[in-house]
Amino acid sequence: MTLAEGVQLVAFGILVAMTLGGALGVVLLDNIVYSAFLLGGVFTSMSGLYILLNAGFVAAAQVLVYVGAVSVLILFGIMLVNKEQPFTPMKQAWVGKVATGGVCVGLFALLTASTLNTPWAISTEVPSGEMATVAIGIHFFTDYLLPFELASVLLLIALIGAIVLARREFIPDVAPGEAESEALQLPERPRELVSSVSSVSDTDS
Amino acid sequence: MQLEYFLLTAAALFCIGIYGLVTSRNVIRVLMSIELMLNAVNLNLLAFSNYLDPVGINGQVFAVFVISIAAAEAAVGLAIVLSIYRNRDTVDMEQFNLLKW
Repeated sequence: MTLAEGVQLVAFGILVAMTLGGALGVVLLDNIVYSAFLLGGVFTSMSGLYILLNAGFVAAAQVLVYVGAVSVLILFGIMLVNKEQPFTPMKQAWVGKVATGGVCVGLFALLTASTLNTPWAISTEVPSGEMATVAIGIHFFTDYLLPFELASVLLLIALIGAIVLARREFIPDVAPGEAESEALQLPERPRELVSSVSSVSDTDS
Repeated sequence: MQLEYFLLTAAALFCIGIYGLVTSRNVIRVLMSIELMLNAVNLNLLAFSNYLDPVGINGQVFAVFVISIAAAEAAVGLAIVLSIYRNRDTVDMEQFNLLKW
């Protein structure tokens, strides 16, 4: 990394603020669509942090896979299951939240203490920089060849499994006459909006 | 720039992810929290790779594996969520007790 030390520090501060603020928004906001878009922002700023760590290839993979695929997948999931229902309030839900918050703060304190007290063996070698991509490729095809191939098999299994799980199991029994008017409706979604619009248009005509 | 800064950032992100994982009622938000935790682990791996092993960069290889596993996990998780939503007609975590009794 050829940036000056101060530039790195300022960039690190901005990226950390974006990451942690976005993560808090993902967890705490009420509207889940805002959470999904903030998650995309968190992934993008994480790729900036990866660039600060001399990992250009992983940063590009992060943008491609997380921002391009996982965020869009989660947005599609939200659109498919977006049901406007108020959750029935649990009795003493605050106990669970307070306990979880306590556990998380305690875990953070533990990790902070162990991080600050460990004498890290910081290497003094110069990082490989742009040659990291070549080094990753050499790793993939020599000493990490078996995990690499297993990852491809795992992705294939996940692809087939997702298709099998999410496939629509039933075809609704509708008469062919009314199937044309309800062509835009998914069979498992509530139908108030579309049917009200169509009935209004029917009465107009 | 210090190694400890990145490790503390990753620890904070991981704790936020755990909080969201446990306290969320919406299933999609649980999946998002898992993605946050996987990102925190990736940041840890890359920080170790840059500061402790800058020439071998085994940590970057592990981070690429984690990214691919996370993509597969998101796809299968959303498929399971869709399947449960079709059966139970809700996305509330408190009502998913299929494997409880």
